[in-house]
Amino acid sequence: MLRNLFLCLGLLSPAQVLADPPPQERQETLRNMLRDDCGACHGLTLKGGLGPALLASDLAAKSDDYLDTIQNGRKGTAMPPWKPFISEQETLWLVQTILKRH
Amino acid sequence: MIKLRLSLFLCLLVSYGAVAEYRATGDLGIVIERAKGSALIINTSQRSILAKIESLGDLSHASVVFSRDERYAFIFGRDGGLSKIDLLQDKVAKRIIQAGNSIGGAISQDGHFIAVSNYTPGGIKIFLTETLELVAEIPAEYGENKLSKVVGLVDAPNQQFVFSLFDAGEIWLVDINNPKKPEIKKFKAIGKQPYDALLSPDGRYYIAGLFGEQGLAVLDLWNPEAGVKRILPDYGKDDEKLPVYKMPHLEGWAVAGDYMLIPAIGQHEVLVIDKRTWTLVKRILVTGQPVFVMARPDGRHIWVNFAFPDNQKLQIIDAKDLTIIKSLAPGKAVLNMEFTPRGEEVWVSVRDDNQLVVYDTEIFKEIIRLPAENPSGIFFSSRAHKMGL
Repeated sequence: MLRNLFLCLGLLSPAQVLADPPPQERQETLRNMLRDDCGACHGLTLKGGLGPALLASDLAAKSDDYLDTIQNGRKGTAMPPWKPFISEQETLWLVQTILKRH
Repeated sequence: MIKLRLSLFLCLLVSYGAVAEYRATGDLGIVIERAKGSALIINTSQRSILAKIESLGDLSHASVVFSRDERYAFIFGRDGGLSKIDLLQDKVAKRIIQAGNSIGGAISQDGHFIAVSNYTPGGIKIFLTETLELVAEIPAEYGENKLSKVVGLVDAPNQQFVFSLFDAGEIWLVDINNPKKPEIKKFKAIGKQPYDALLSPDGRYYIAGLFGEQGLAVLDLWNPEAGVKRILPDYGKDDEKLPVYKMPHLEGWAVAGDYMLIPAIGQHEVLVIDKRTWTLVKRILVTGQPVFVMARPDGRHIWVNFAFPDNQKLQIIDAKDLTIIKSLAPGKAVLNMEFTPRGEEVWVSVRDDNQLVVYDTEIFKEIIRLPAENPSGIFFSSRAHKMGL
């Protein structure tokens, strides 16, 4: 887990860093949320379930406002707003994390 | 440390097993360790962990059915994996990857066939229980060459399977008396986005919960010609629907006399429905959005767990007067519950605390905590002889 984290951070060049990374402990919580809570619909490995797959390769072709989708949810679908639990900065960090995953 | 102790225990067990003891399977169960892709074989009389089976793939939302002789457990993984576990020998008897993304399964009335419901490719596949050889494939086609995700797959009397099409809003009834040529009856426009379904314990009613609109869809299997009936279409219409962070599960139909209790979607409520008239009797206010609403086998109490962010709690409803009589806090991320066959105890999985908690269901007292790695689903072999499970 820790190794993945460093690998992941290592991959981010300064230009790509849009969001300040949250403190280590919060990162861990967010990663667990990504796996368990996002994973409830998108799959534990993010390969999709009732919700679409969230692997970097799936998202590459889409141009979506992920910040808005995650923060405010998406009307007419099962995607709920995560604003009460995740800040905008954290959301941006999470999106970067997802896009860097292989 | 836990691992070491467990493997030490397993070593002892294996050497012990070599010299002795038959193992009866009526006491056994499976606990899914979702993040690790492993499953524990447990004993509910001894309240012990017997073995750990590993390398079962992606087990998020995994579910289990048991062979009629209770020797084998069939685990349905999210990654399309179907694993047949030998409960006598603590090993995988056979494992196949049958689809790209799947959600659950069922075993036929006669125990000869296993059906799996798939998201990708949308549809169901039917296999021989014995060999896991493919017998039939039923793509969930709708519209113009589209495939729907399949949810709420159950077995039903007269060698039938019933399931719902999430994207198409349909319920299909499949007769496999001739397994090579299944007969399919389709019920269309049953409501938007059925997300899960259940079969009443007598095998008569198939009920699908709807995410895309209010109410539930009911198919009376004694009278399928009458079609699917919508119930509670106006329920909660004027209430603000809360965001849903975890889809409820309908399996574990809770029946108390003529009443059935189900989780309300997007509300902090358990709904009580009179199943003679299919009308709403009461809305019981609970502490969060319910996920599982499960009756103790005798129907006296109904145990409820909750979606994020209230998933550290449990509440118990007394069927006698439909009120909450107890609230418990087993730990972080309470995912699943399973009652012992006659209900004197219940096992609860607490994912983020890496524990299984066993409660006495009469006095609500904790009996023991057992270690498990991020446990989720709990399934006891007594399911082998229950329809719809």
